Amino acid sequence: MSKDNIRVLIAKPGLDGHDRGAKVVARALRDAGMEVIYTGIRQTPEMIVQAALQEDVDVVGLSCLSGAHLELFADVMKGLKGKKMTDVVVVAGGILPEDDIAALKKIGIKATFGPGTKTSDIVKVISKLATD
Amino acid sequence: MGKRKQKWQKEVLEPALKRFPERQPSFELTSGMGIEPLYTQEDLEGINPEIAVGYPGEYPFGRGIQPTMYRGRLWTMRQYSGYASAEESNRRYRYLLAQGQTGLSVAFDLPTQIGYDSDNPLSRGEVGKVGVPIDTLHDMEVLFKDIPLDKVSTSMTINSTAPILLAMYIVLAQKQEIALNKLDGTIQNDILKEYVARGTYIYPPAPSMRLTTDIFEYCGKNLPRWNTISISGYHIREAGSTAVQEVAFTLANGIAYVRAALERGLNVDDFAGRLSFFFDAQNNLLEEVAKFRAARILWAEIMKKTFKAKDARSCMLRFHTQTAGVSLTAQQPYNNIVRVAVQALAAVLGGTQSLHTNSYDEAYATPSEEAVTTALRTQQVIGYESGAADSVDPLGGAYMVEALTQEIKTAAQKYIDKIDKMGGAIKAIEKGYPQREIQESSYRYQKEVEAEKRIIVGVNKFVAPYESIKNILRVDPAAEKEQIAALKKVKQQRNAKEVAAALENLIKVARSKENTMPAFIRCVEAYTTVGEICDALRGVFGIQKESLVF
Repeated sequence: MSKDNIRVLIAKPGLDGHDRGAKVVARALRDAGMEVIYTGIRQTPEMIVQAALQEDVDVVGLSCLSGAHLELFADVMKGLKGKKMTDVVVVAGGILPEDDIAALKKIGIKATFGPGTKTSDIVKVISKLATD
Repeated sequence: MGKRKQKWQKEVLEPALKRFPERQPSFELTSGMGIEPLYTQEDLEGINPEIAVGYPGEYPFGRGIQPTMYRGRLWTMRQYSGYASAEESNRRYRYLLAQGQTGLSVAFDLPTQIGYDSDNPLSRGEVGKVGVPIDTLHDMEVLFKDIPLDKVSTSMTINSTAPILLAMYIVLAQKQEIALNKLDGTIQNDILKEYVARGTYIYPPAPSMRLTTDIFEYCGKNLPRWNTISISGYHIREAGSTAVQEVAFTLANGIAYVRAALERGLNVDDFAGRLSFFFDAQNNLLEEVAKFRAARILWAEIMKKTFKAKDARSCMLRFHTQTAGVSLTAQQPYNNIVRVAVQALAAVLGGTQSLHTNSYDEAYATPSEEAVTTALRTQQVIGYESGAADSVDPLGGAYMVEALTQEIKTAAQKYIDKIDKMGGAIKAIEKGYPQREIQESSYRYQKEVEAEKRIIVGVNKFVAPYESIKNILRVDPAAEKEQIAALKKVKQQRNAKEVAAALENLIKVARSKENTMPAFIRCVEAYTTVGEICDALRGVFGIQKESLVF
């Protein structure tokens, strides 16, 4: 059973301006019936945590293509923990080398989506994670 | 339709189609236009290619900007590169030059591009990641160590901080005792596409355009061989636009730069010859070839008719090409070598002046030395083995290529006219018009891929288990700490009074109408950091907020 009105924050931490993927995913999630907030580029981890809190989202999707994902995603996770938002599901996409995926899972990121992932698969995974 | 073609259609084609229908209901360019089953002389009706396309080296340069093209000299093979530190990047540059690369292309990291020092909290994680970190002149000295600036041409992908990096290059040349009129190279300096697609803007459009124009004016007087801008369609295309939109939005931005320079009081023929362009090469070979040809013709017409340029050089669209980063797949990654070869061939058949070929591992990371060598070799195979470089515009006159050239030109012209009616590129960008168009195209493309209307080998067809690339380049996390330590040392050694005076002078000049370049040069000479300079200007110009189009 899928939950109604899954609220998702799509966020671009760091200085990376590659927002094609983030925007496509945001739109695909919205087309799939989710409520989507997109932060825009150049967000600090603090800004992302704040937005997740204010918007009361179920899911945060982080996108990074600049190679700064290990540092920045970890900062976001720490920030969410600090606000006791551990029930928020965090997923990530971008240029994420295979070797890093275990490290990202370890800090609590539930799913990662690399290049070539279908948006329909992202919708499925997020729906499932948000309702589990 | 002519009788001969009619006869063929009726007697040969139609019976064949009854027995063997076409493999898909329709065939389309990425720009959405339909592709005919067969192109003939009839598709060129009303077009005299001798006039509409011209001869190489002659207006409107459809067949190429030089009379001899690659029979004289091959394009410049220029791999965009930079990572970790100035020292490491210098090593990579010297390696590439030793492998037969003919020009340098500097990739800067994001903090350098957005005007933050390596020790700024906003730079965390980003230092040395997508390019080389440059905080002060000291880093540039290391970056170009043992590379004589009068022997190489250097392209720098730098936009909102372009005047600072150009100033550093100038000071470096002076230290190497090289006359400024010997310097050969390009700075991207194209802020408008940053608002549209790439995202490294700092200040609002008006002061940014002023800095761009300052560079035009300064280089016109002091660096006559320098390309003062590289008006870029690459990032627009990579963000998802079609080939037609790439041409249209790029040339519309080009028009805005020309207007800004004219408003400054510059004479068109004094700066237009130093404008250069940068395009993407994607997979549809003939559409891409036609795109390059169409762009050249359109620009020549714009410069001659709208801006009354007299000098032939002002009408020449000279361009760099990069193969399509977005087309690289993580799945079956060695297929990327083939994609890059097709795309590079399109650029060569389209008459590019310089070329970057992507590496097969770029869906994983910035390229390893092994991967970048294969990419460079791809260019060398095309240049020296394929024969594609042995005659000028070898596809000229091909019915399909000539027909597509005209179609793309007409479709792009429509967009340009629409943007003109909106008040020009800056107004259109402020309204989010090109941004929205690009997003629509990119979303449509993604849907088509998912519906398997567009095939990506190894991704949505011919899917098979593959080995991912293990030997990827990793930037040592220590690089960030080392860069911060080096910056601290430079700050301790420089003359703080000189830095303060240079910054004060920059602020004064920025508030006036004077050209800012000499003030930037004074700042970098004093080892003022990129972040300090940008902070000073943020105070004068303000900062640009993202206009969210979603």
